[in-house]
Amino acid sequence: MGGNLLSLWQSHRQIARQSLEKLLKTPVATAMTVAVIGIALLLPAGLFVAMDNVRNLSSGFNSFTQITLYLRDEVSQAEGEALHGQLLTRDNIAESRYISAAQAAEDFQAYSGLGDVISQLEENPLPAVIVLTPVSIASDEVALLLGELATLPEVESAQLDLEWIERLQRFLQLSERAAIALMLIFSLAVLFVVGNTIRLAIESRRAEIVVVKLVGGTDAYVARPFLYTGTWYGLAGGLLAWLLLGLIMLTLHRPVIELLALYDSQYNVHGLTLLSSLALLGGAALLGWLGAWISVRQHLAAIEPR
Amino acid sequence: MIKFDNVSKRYPGGHQALSQVSFELREGEMAFLTGRSGAGKSTLLKLIMLMEKANQGQILVNGKNLARLPRGQIPFYRRRIGVVFQDHQLLFDRSVFENVALPLQIEGYPKHEADRRVRAALDKVGLLKKEKMNPMALSGGEQQRIGIARAVVNRPQILLADEPTGNLDPELAAETMLLFEQFNQVGVSMLIASHDLSLITRLRHRILTLHNGQLIKDAVYHTAPEPAGGMN
Repeated sequence: MGGNLLSLWQSHRQIARQSLEKLLKTPVATAMTVAVIGIALLLPAGLFVAMDNVRNLSSGFNSFTQITLYLRDEVSQAEGEALHGQLLTRDNIAESRYISAAQAAEDFQAYSGLGDVISQLEENPLPAVIVLTPVSIASDEVALLLGELATLPEVESAQLDLEWIERLQRFLQLSERAAIALMLIFSLAVLFVVGNTIRLAIESRRAEIVVVKLVGGTDAYVARPFLYTGTWYGLAGGLLAWLLLGLIMLTLHRPVIELLALYDSQYNVHGLTLLSSLALLGGAALLGWLGAWISVRQHLAAIEPR
Repeated sequence: MIKFDNVSKRYPGGHQALSQVSFELREGEMAFLTGRSGAGKSTLLKLIMLMEKANQGQILVNGKNLARLPRGQIPFYRRRIGVVFQDHQLLFDRSVFENVALPLQIEGYPKHEADRRVRAALDKVGLLKKEKMNPMALSGGEQQRIGIARAVVNRPQILLADEPTGNLDPELAAETMLLFEQFNQVGVSMLIASHDLSLITRLRHRILTLHNGQLIKDAVYHTAPEPAGGMN
């Protein structure tokens, strides 16, 4: 008989087309469902873009990683400057700045507002420091460099100014988790929306289902148009979310860049990459299919010819 | 082909639709099933279609015990049986052609092969020129013939019909029966439920008579008998 792969492919293509045409026949109802799915997908997609940008932006912060070397009191200014010169020649150090004890005291007086405290002291309590920027920002390499510098005879202690970056990273991790939780919740919402829409579609096509079952349609055959319908809903919703996100990015792009410029950042905000766009559309289609599948499993078996 | 062995069917709620019905329809045989409304004709056909299950007894179709057919096999079983329904069971969201093509589509026939068979079936019932129309726009008799074309399009071994002439005028009814006889002549086994005794007795086929769910008569009429007590 006829059941070969080619005719299966033909049948799938035909059913995919028919279910799309059916959706387009009721444009208003379809548009409303698609809008709900699109908006439900927009939030997680938007969060993803925001998180992605913040992550990229914050990885730029790592170039602010600095190592502060506190020099021993007995190290003279000449020795300190010599060490500074010597460190500068190293491959793994990008920048170095020597701040003498006197300079440090002056800076402290100028910026801290506690200048009087220092001037009342007989001796300058501040040590000379060398502030370094490592070339590599990989944490293990930085740690290695830090350990090495701490053992230098001139160095009292070496300190990595990473605390605030770590705090930021932690905060980002937390927000990422929250974003994932939101994504799951909104994906669930999409499942329910599609599932309910498909349930109504099944109800309205009850007569057709009965006939198809009577002339020998398998459960899989009966389910197929609904699964395609669900997939179309998901895909259309994903496309809508993608477009809305693009629109939002377009309107927010300039203000955000201007805001960042105020913080001396050259960072360029980006939207969804090609890959994540495809992931959004694919994921949306999959959600649509899954919602339909759940609904079909629940409601189709109940419709039997009587 | 179809063998009923002491088959009983009681619906939930207590209505006894069939009681200990036994008969055998041989391959290539044509038989009518008659009796008043409610005598159990539709139930008997539904049992063969596996739309209902018997409570007692055994039904063999093509040597297969229907009680032992797994649920997943039911669609494939139904594809070997053509059914003509009294209410036609057509789909009004598609053309005549697509209605008839449905069983082939389900079976996954290649398009060119399916198209050829649909046209042959439509030609047989005289509706080839109306293939693009919506069944809604056609008369009751024409709708009935669409249903017949759909029932025979995948060349079933068995054709069942439930009151196929119920809504037709006598002339159309006779034509429809003639069509059934033609299918029977090419080897299709047929079981046709009809209460139109005056018509079916003229046709000289086997007639199974049901009364209150019991098979009370199984005979071939050669001459038109007196209609027994209001059976018409």
